[in-house]
Amino acid sequence: MTVHKIRLPHFKHSAESETIALPLPSRAVISTAQHLGAVCTPTVNIGDKVKIGDVIADSDAVMSAPVHASISGTVTAFTEVLHISGRNMPSIVIESDGKNEISDAVKPPVINSREDFLAAVRKSGSIGLGGAGFPTSMKLGFDPKEKHPDKLIINGAECEPYITSDYRCFIEEGEKVLDGALLMMKYLDIPECVIGIEDNKPKAIEKMRGLCASYPNITVCALKSSYPQGAEKTLIYSTTGRVVKEGQLPISCGCIVINSSTCAFISDYIKTGMPLVSRRITVDGNIVKKPANFKVAVGMSIAEIVEHAELDGEPDRIILGGPMMGACAFELDYPLSKTNNAVLLFKDSPIYSPSSCIRCGRCVRACSMGLMPTALETAFDMRDAKALSRLNVNLCVNCGACSYVCPAKRNLAEKNQLAKAFLREQTKKGV
Amino acid sequence: MSKLIIEPSPHIKSPITTQKIMLTVIIALLPALLASVIIFGLRALVMTVICCACCVIFEWVTRKIMKRDSTISDLSAIVTGMLLSFNLPVTLPIYMAVIGCFVAIVIVKQFFGGIGQNFANPAITARIVLMLSFTSYMTSWAQPFYYQSTELVTTSTPLAGGEASLMDMFLGTTGGCLGETCALALIIGGIFLVITRVISPATPLCFIGTVFVLSLISTGDIEKATAAILSGGLMLGAIFMATDYSTTPLTLPGKIIFGIGCGLITMLIRNFGTMPEGVSYSILLMNILTPIIDRFTVPKAFGEAEKKRRAGNDG
Repeated sequence: MTVHKIRLPHFKHSAESETIALPLPSRAVISTAQHLGAVCTPTVNIGDKVKIGDVIADSDAVMSAPVHASISGTVTAFTEVLHISGRNMPSIVIESDGKNEISDAVKPPVINSREDFLAAVRKSGSIGLGGAGFPTSMKLGFDPKEKHPDKLIINGAECEPYITSDYRCFIEEGEKVLDGALLMMKYLDIPECVIGIEDNKPKAIEKMRGLCASYPNITVCALKSSYPQGAEKTLIYSTTGRVVKEGQLPISCGCIVINSSTCAFISDYIKTGMPLVSRRITVDGNIVKKPANFKVAVGMSIAEIVEHAELDGEPDRIILGGPMMGACAFELDYPLSKTNNAVLLFKDSPIYSPSSCIRCGRCVRACSMGLMPTALETAFDMRDAKALSRLNVNLCVNCGACSYVCPAKRNLAEKNQLAKAFLREQTKKGV
Repeated sequence: MSKLIIEPSPHIKSPITTQKIMLTVIIALLPALLASVIIFGLRALVMTVICCACCVIFEWVTRKIMKRDSTISDLSAIVTGMLLSFNLPVTLPIYMAVIGCFVAIVIVKQFFGGIGQNFANPAITARIVLMLSFTSYMTSWAQPFYYQSTELVTTSTPLAGGEASLMDMFLGTTGGCLGETCALALIIGGIFLVITRVISPATPLCFIGTVFVLSLISTGDIEKATAAILSGGLMLGAIFMATDYSTTPLTLPGKIIFGIGCGLITMLIRNFGTMPEGVSYSILLMNILTPIIDRFTVPKAFGEAEKKRRAGNDG
């Protein structure tokens, strides 16, 4: 079987910029929906004093992760932030007291068993730092009796243009990535580990190969630089040759995929007990004079962050995440969430107007899931639920490759998303 | 702060556009145009320019009347014009060529919704309409280099019993439509299109390969089989018409079926039909089958759940 991929320009301008830790902001707006899954409910009240690392919101749901204060100060308000998904998300506003005190609760967790480890991962507020934000505890909390994974895959493909935060993680904290992987293998009893890195990052591959030399069960796999190499199902196929079936999780074929930055964070948390309150973010784009990587407190305003990268003019397009799968921000004053791995600022960016499909078939050849985006578009335009499910629209991973290659500049990826929503609705109605 | 652009992902797009693809096809047709001007004289160029101009004007006017955005900037009308003129004898009266352009652009292309929506190849259909309407004009072939002599001498194509050596057919110095005779120029254009990834080599190879193999089986003579693939409109049809995006299948298996089908029908018409040439009819017939081929060649999705795959059955 061949998995189609496309070639993209890399634009990794910030690859050699060492991560700069930005000073803590005077105000943090922390959304209670930082991840896929259940939205947390605040556990603090207005007027409460909080320190860095204190839990400020949590949920009982399995698919969730607690949210922590990223600065010390006072909870001043509960507000709503218009999330890039278009929904209003409840958020907690903390005004800094300038002391940057660390909570007493921050201490290395004691881990003796698998359960201790999973509880610690849950408590850390860890989510997938690659962009989708799947709660890590959920990923690791498989039922060992049902299906036991034999491969841990560390995702360091970073196939989206511009973004280099995972790359900097390998270069600066490669030891932590390895340590995190070893911890997961130890407590979850996973015998083997593959670290997948695209071959446009030779330094990262070299560094990890050196670190892993003494571990025969950990291999570093140099992946061809092509998009969407880092998509979960594609990565599993590239590194192991296994195919995740429709509607299944990677665990169904014995794999667990963890982003490299998430892996480094878990190692950090087990050592220090400091929950996920800051993350690495790439700032780039055509008006950014100094493309850079910053370590930023969750909840800090994007406007404040990008000041440190020096802008040349006003942006007309702000993208949170990569240019292929990221979303446009409605305003620059938008609080950083745990899932944001990049902020890209563009000016005078081209606006494409779609023209008629010429049936060239480029989208069909680009689709990594082997779908026919142009046929899906026609089926959706006709609201043909049967054709949509026959053409497997639900397999679409929204990588955007079809829209990218389309000479008519049609928004095929968007149509696929709309089609999936339409199909869900139809199924609910029982049609 | 200035207004921000909000759009669905992805936020970057490849530099390729419909216009660039059409321009590549036009460039790929230039060697054949040059060859036709050398072989059949300046009237070949005049014919091509008039066809292109008529196609563009018809497209512009039709879109205007239908109150739709103008699409002449995508250059597809010029491609249609060039292909149509290549399918005409150089001596055809100009008004007949204009009628051909009208059929191609207005009836076949725009009446069905414009670029990408037509189910039949405009140039091929126009050629067939002209063929049926003005048969004697459409089948009188000027001798190569006739413009150097004082009187017009007509000849017949190799398929219709004319004498021509293999080298003549390869270089195009035989009777025929103005753009179809020079196999060399058409192959150069085809290779250019394959290298620039505008077309897949599958369709032309399967089309030409099928004709070659079937001729070889029926005649048992390699020379005759080679003549079969060099004669008539086969090269032009296989490289430029059977690879038209709108009217041919999307997937590789589909393209292979399309190519083989075209080859089969061409051979049936050439050997058993009343007409000497069957390339245009074969492409038109396969155009009509394209939606069905597309239906039965849906690629297997990655990790697709096992289910009853009943292609073509939605009910």
